Amino acid sequence: MRHLMSPLDFSVEELDKLLNLAQDIEANPAKYTHACDGKKLATLFYEPSTRTRLSHEAAMLNLGGSVMGFSSADSSSAAKGESVSDTIRTVSCYADICAMRHPKEGAPMVACQHSSIPVINAGDGGHQHPTQTLTDLLTILNVKGRMNNMTIGLCGDLKFGRTVHSLIHALVRYEGIRFLLISPEELRLPDYIRNDVLKKNNIPYEEVVRLEDAMPKLDILYMTRVQKERFFNEEDYVRMKDFYILDKQKMKLAPKDMYVLHPLPRVNEISVEVDDDPRAAYFKQVQYGVYVRMALILTLLDIHVD
Amino acid sequence: MVNHTLNVGRISEGFVLDHIQAGKSMEIYKYLHLDKLDCCVAIIKNAKSSKMGKKDILKIECPIDIINLDILGFIDHNITVNIIQDEEVVEKKRLTLPKKIKNVIRCKNPRCITSIEQGLDQIFVLTDEKNETYRCKYCEEKYS
Repeated sequence: MRHLMSPLDFSVEELDKLLNLAQDIEANPAKYTHACDGKKLATLFYEPSTRTRLSHEAAMLNLGGSVMGFSSADSSSAAKGESVSDTIRTVSCYADICAMRHPKEGAPMVACQHSSIPVINAGDGGHQHPTQTLTDLLTILNVKGRMNNMTIGLCGDLKFGRTVHSLIHALVRYEGIRFLLISPEELRLPDYIRNDVLKKNNIPYEEVVRLEDAMPKLDILYMTRVQKERFFNEEDYVRMKDFYILDKQKMKLAPKDMYVLHPLPRVNEISVEVDDDPRAAYFKQVQYGVYVRMALILTLLDIHVD
Repeated sequence: MVNHTLNVGRISEGFVLDHIQAGKSMEIYKYLHLDKLDCCVAIIKNAKSSKMGKKDILKIECPIDIINLDILGFIDHNITVNIIQDEEVVEKKRLTLPKKIKNVIRCKNPRCITSIEQGLDQIFVLTDEKNETYRCKYCEEKYS
């Protein structure tokens, strides 16, 4: 039985297969409408989420399956003090697959140790968010037509931004990838990713503070939100939250084939005036997220559609 | 004449942990859970050492299969482990860094699941042998 804890759980070949399946689902949705008939997805969300939870649920519904679950710790047995391991043992009796989001890092790993159904890590604190990474990879593949030889700009909260961490882990496995790390000093990429992932794999990277300096060099700009829930201190959050705002002026500095991605939700970091720019790919990204989660559910449940 | 030499008798079966960094012996006593063993333990602190200036030594009289010494490699791989049987040193064990450490050190990351999940083992994995880096299995936070 397979789980998805980190984007590295899949080899590059397996990932290619998964992304190809997602592309086939997009091209031939009718073929998959009954692929998961009779199957149930449990969404165990211990912290608020709109996109990730609904995306998993939409994916399962599109495949003909059904969904159940909870959307906050308050409405689950966690409020009564139940452990993650006990919860997953219970849920394993009800569902065929589950997606778990938890504010504590490593919670889905605990779940998969006690689960008899595949567990999808749908985000664990500031640690990993592998299904967002799959979404990002499919978006990059679809807008650029390739996964290699690119300069990727990662902008915003690179310290706590789990989507960024997961994306870096996944992209370093492709050839010719370079990173421009755009962040304020306080939100720089953690050492363990800089040293153990970038330096260890000899991946070229540059750290800059000004977004304007990076724009002309990019193939992809991945914007992130400064997340209030990751700060222990309100003052630090207020100081950081509007550090970067992508607007029309800054977009003029970018190449014509540079695309902007964002895991959403956005707050102020991308001005709404950018939404009409053909290079704004963040809403397409949401749609690709559903296709890639459909492909993931099929893969983890080992369901093949001819 | 008063004899000022401090003597600790020979042991028939067990371990002599030599070349422990001075002052670290109690830490090792704790890590090896020696307080839970019903056996004779001698702790020698600040013994003279030509190599180290001063050092600590632990002598543990016990069956040699009841203590897991793997953790010593994590604490200090310069420690010399002498295995004693019939009052003789039968083996000098070379210490290496253990690949995994279970329930010895705790993850300090307040965001880690180990901070709240009951009954969860504290597991650290050796991720970089050269730099002796251990990371929490769950949140990947580096132990420091």
